Amino acid sequence: MIKNSAAEMAQSLASGTITSVALTQAHLDRIAEVDGKVHAFLHVDTQGALKQAADVDAARARGEKLGPLAGVPLALKDVLVQKDVPTTCGSKILEGWRPPYDSTVVSKLKGAGVVILGKTNMDEFAMGSSTENSAYGPTHNPWDLTRIPGGSGGGSSAALAAFEAPLAIGTDTGGSIRQPAAVTGTVGVKPTYGGVSRYGLVAFSSSLDQAGPCARTVLDTALLHEVIAGHDPKDSTSINAPVPQVVAAAKSGDVKGMKIGVVKELNGDGYQAGVRQRFEESLELLAQAGAEIVEVSAPNFEYALAAYYLIAPSECSSNLARFDAMRYGLRVGDTDGASAESVMNMTREVGFGREVKRRILLGTYALSSGYYDAYYGSAQKVRTLITQDFNNAFAKCDVMVSPTCPTTAFKIGEKANDPLAMYLNDIATIPVNMAGIGGMSLPCGVASEDGLPVGFQIMSPVMQDQRMYSVGAALEAALLSKWGAPLLSQAPSLGGAA
Amino acid sequence: MSSLSRDDVANLARLARIEMTDQELENLTTEFGVILNAVARVQEVATTDVAATSHPLALTNIFRTDVVIPSLTPEEALSGAPASEDQRFRVPQILGEEA
Repeated sequence: MIKNSAAEMAQSLASGTITSVALTQAHLDRIAEVDGKVHAFLHVDTQGALKQAADVDAARARGEKLGPLAGVPLALKDVLVQKDVPTTCGSKILEGWRPPYDSTVVSKLKGAGVVILGKTNMDEFAMGSSTENSAYGPTHNPWDLTRIPGGSGGGSSAALAAFEAPLAIGTDTGGSIRQPAAVTGTVGVKPTYGGVSRYGLVAFSSSLDQAGPCARTVLDTALLHEVIAGHDPKDSTSINAPVPQVVAAAKSGDVKGMKIGVVKELNGDGYQAGVRQRFEESLELLAQAGAEIVEVSAPNFEYALAAYYLIAPSECSSNLARFDAMRYGLRVGDTDGASAESVMNMTREVGFGREVKRRILLGTYALSSGYYDAYYGSAQKVRTLITQDFNNAFAKCDVMVSPTCPTTAFKIGEKANDPLAMYLNDIATIPVNMAGIGGMSLPCGVASEDGLPVGFQIMSPVMQDQRMYSVGAALEAALLSKWGAPLLSQAPSLGGAA
Repeated sequence: MSSLSRDDVANLARLARIEMTDQELENLTTEFGVILNAVARVQEVATTDVAATSHPLALTNIFRTDVVIPSLTPEEALSGAPASEDQRFRVPQILGEEA
């Protein structure tokens, strides 16, 4: 049962062949069996999840009209607040904090009857591409426990790949939904910026952060997308427009006549041979399904990474100033006569990890008087150029595509001491955040040289998220008929009853 | 411009309110040399004729009617406080000792 899709689980719940309590318990059992090896979860809310499941079962028994995912369990990235449930953002500075309110994403999940199993591991404050920057230890990739599950949302992607949950929520500032999806053989979508409320999402880089759905199939991802999306008066950057019809697009999977633009600059040198091979094959399958493949150019994408590592640290240095040891979270050194400033200094030294400190200082520098124009100001101009590249390319195609990542999952520890090498993981995903458009990663096979999953990225214009779902569903269907079984059936079993 | 001295890094740490060990300052000074060289590439294309983009959306102020809506109780608001007193956050000394 736990290996089914969320849509299949929802069908079993609706037809009464299983209860939400039983389904939730099956996932809790799976977590108990395998999470010692995977470490996808920072907190499992056993009581809360079973209570929520029992409530859904009771509502169903009363004949209430329920949403399409009611009773299906989900894993929540630990950067979204959930009332009375510990929220750490993978940081020691928030250890033990229980938020007094729900994020809008959580309110919508609860309203739709989606059962929240617990909070998933992540790079501290979503800064990283491997989940190694979590203060609570790394998450392990279910395909190979010695490898990274991607980051920052490695807990959510690993939970899906290990069948600990059929649905998960991630957040994506430079690729933190899509890159983990790519390296674990799962599906992840960064919606159009403003498509999903950021209220209650602990901010890293406010102009780039976007919460989104993660699952094992394109349809499941679409079903979850429609649950969490929509205008929210509590987020002033939330778009006040109808939610794109992503479920309909995922169900039809029709790409006949669609123009698919292959980004010339996001391929070639620096991309692993096996990644390129799977990507090229996927293009052929899409062409066979009736799409027209064209080449598009985005000459300024090569500057995206540099601009991102100025903009994101700048915004983070400002956003993380709120962790000041005064109103919530850790407080260190509050002895008699200690000044507020020394308490702040000591708390932030003890509470923040290495990468977070690195980025706060980098941002402080980029925003400082005398260097502002050269660094932050220049990065903002690059952002304009990247948006123009997208606009020019979308004039020639309906969606743009690339490999999600240059390589498959690397070994835990391999890049931990080389920040620049780590940053390169996000080279193909960052442009999407800079322009605020939508992006999806879905599995397109395993690389021949290492047998590890490869991600296929689809990018769609602002508030045209349904287009990437059409293309994703078409490719998924073509690959499934080629493989005969979902890609994750090739992953190791990890022991346990499943 | 793309290199920082150890003192520069120490000053940034002071501005960012992070007490740092000597070892951390040494490491960051080395890392910043490499990182700043890489990110300085933005200057190659950021010419004066290009407008800056601060945000993907055209942001406008959002207003709502000034009406009372449900909010946190004082107990809820203080629930995560490291220290509180009389329904207020208790903080360490902010001003210097009175002369």
